[in-house]
Amino acid sequence: MPDVQSHPLPSAAPTPRRRRRRGWHGLLYTLPALALVVVFFLIPLGMTVWMSLHNWPLLGNARWIGLANYTRLWNDASFWNALLFTAQYTIVSTIGLLGLALALALMVQHQGRATGLYRTVWFLPVVTGFASASLLWAWLSNVDAGLFSPLAQRIGLTEGRFNLLADFDTAFWSVTVMVVWKMAGFYMIILMSGLQAIPGDYQEAARIDGASALQRFLWITVPLIRQPFALALIMCVAGSMLAFDQFYIILNGGPRNQTVTAVYKIFNESFVSFRLGYGAALSVILLLILMVLSIIQLRLLRDRGES
Amino acid sequence: MQTSTRQGGVTAPTARGGRIRGHRVLFHITAVLVTLIFLAPIFWVVMASFRPAAVSLQPPLPPWPSDGVGVTFDNYSRLGDYGASVLHYTANSAFVAVGTALLTIVVSLLAGYGFSRYRFPFRSVVFVLILATIMIPFQSILTPLFLLLAKMGLQNTLTGLVFIYATLQLPFSVFMMKNAFDSVPKEIEEAARIDGMKGVRMLARVMMPLVTPGIVTVGLFAFLNAWNEFLAALVLLTDQSKFTLPVLMTAVRYGRYGSVDWGAVQAGVTIMMIPCLILFLILQRSYIRGLTAGAVK
Repeated sequence: MPDVQSHPLPSAAPTPRRRRRRGWHGLLYTLPALALVVVFFLIPLGMTVWMSLHNWPLLGNARWIGLANYTRLWNDASFWNALLFTAQYTIVSTIGLLGLALALALMVQHQGRATGLYRTVWFLPVVTGFASASLLWAWLSNVDAGLFSPLAQRIGLTEGRFNLLADFDTAFWSVTVMVVWKMAGFYMIILMSGLQAIPGDYQEAARIDGASALQRFLWITVPLIRQPFALALIMCVAGSMLAFDQFYIILNGGPRNQTVTAVYKIFNESFVSFRLGYGAALSVILLLILMVLSIIQLRLLRDRGES
Repeated sequence: MQTSTRQGGVTAPTARGGRIRGHRVLFHITAVLVTLIFLAPIFWVVMASFRPAAVSLQPPLPPWPSDGVGVTFDNYSRLGDYGASVLHYTANSAFVAVGTALLTIVVSLLAGYGFSRYRFPFRSVVFVLILATIMIPFQSILTPLFLLLAKMGLQNTLTGLVFIYATLQLPFSVFMMKNAFDSVPKEIEEAARIDGMKGVRMLARVMMPLVTPGIVTVGLFAFLNAWNEFLAALVLLTDQSKFTLPVLMTAVRYGRYGSVDWGAVQAGVTIMMIPCLILFLILQRSYIRGLTAGAVK
């Protein structure tokens, strides 16, 4: 039979619609992805938990020690200091980031040639990577060859050169300013898409009713961007809790080991002191903290999907 | 656009129009100032990287090469003093970034197609499993990854890094590609099937052109994240000849013999930043699509 004859009209054929093929065929397509996730994620994840129950040196045999790593961690002041510092950094950088991001988002929420340009430029630092931005900041904050201290001296702000990175407070602020510069554009885009989802009629109606700009912001904008804002908040907190690059590259954990974050502490235990088991136990704790944050984030996303 | 028509509307009384024009001027002044502040660090480091060696330890005031000296590439050539030439390390980074992008595209294309067009046992379990890895920070599995790569003979190799980076991209990329396939009408596939297309050939010939925007987004994010990643590269690469740019530059930043060559740091930062900025400016639409799909949708 000629081939042409056997072709039914596509629209008239009821069978192909139902032929969303069953069987194991589809699994083949997803197998590479599944294999990567199992080998490079799930197995290491299981190993983290397993290793955390051992005394595990880099060379030599691992020894089962049960929960000893966890009891040791409970009494390890430097771990708690690292967590405390990470929390402090998270709070300060989140306030700075989301505050600036909201202001920027309000500025560029409407379409226009100029606002499109502003948006693009403000977003540029986001794509540069934490390592590059940190290296750049390490130079800018340097007392001799950098920009900040010599500039402050040149315009008469300080007498002589002030070493920003030698003192905890100024070092901390220098890093925080870097992070705000680098990441504000990211949260700006998230908040902006929240702002753009507010129907223009609402603002218009309130304007006609005589509501001032401040009133409109407080009673229309704020309640309606609560969810995108909460999402940005969780992402920002989760990101800051995992901070490492900037403190390693700019400050090397100093001055006086005061800026060692949680990930930095894990890095030190596992790859400087080579106490792999103890590093794994710290990882499990960090993982649990981040999992709780992720679950909250998923809740927020789901609520938005349903409403 | 909406605002401008509203503000330029014929009904606006002149006094109000004047006030609004004042607002607009104030708005643009603020926005331009913010723009300059955001651009300044990038501008400064790119300019300073072309200064001659003699002034690289002096403050960048002004940042551009001055005192009658033209643009020089001293800082770039001095990067070659750290082991191999700077081209070698750039090639390392490019290999990792391009390799990650390609592997991510192939794997997520196949998986996205499978999840979108087939039903099979454990389909939703596998899908949720891949997506759920995004909840776990990879920093917490770095220690076993180090041992695992050693077992597989991939320690201290760029290939090992590619596998890890691609795996980290999967939750986002598979989600992205499944959505891309979901939005392709079934009728196109039906028509192609009647013409005798099947399986992988159907995917390559018929479906791939239709999900190109998704492929670009997935590849762009994979490339940028792999190019910029620091911690895993720092931990897993021990041989200096294998270093990617961020790891090399951190070694340069800590200096040798107690002194830091800031000129070399400026050159390295410029090499690391420029490709990202160019890619973003060219593919801005794809980037923002990925951002809003991953975060907001």
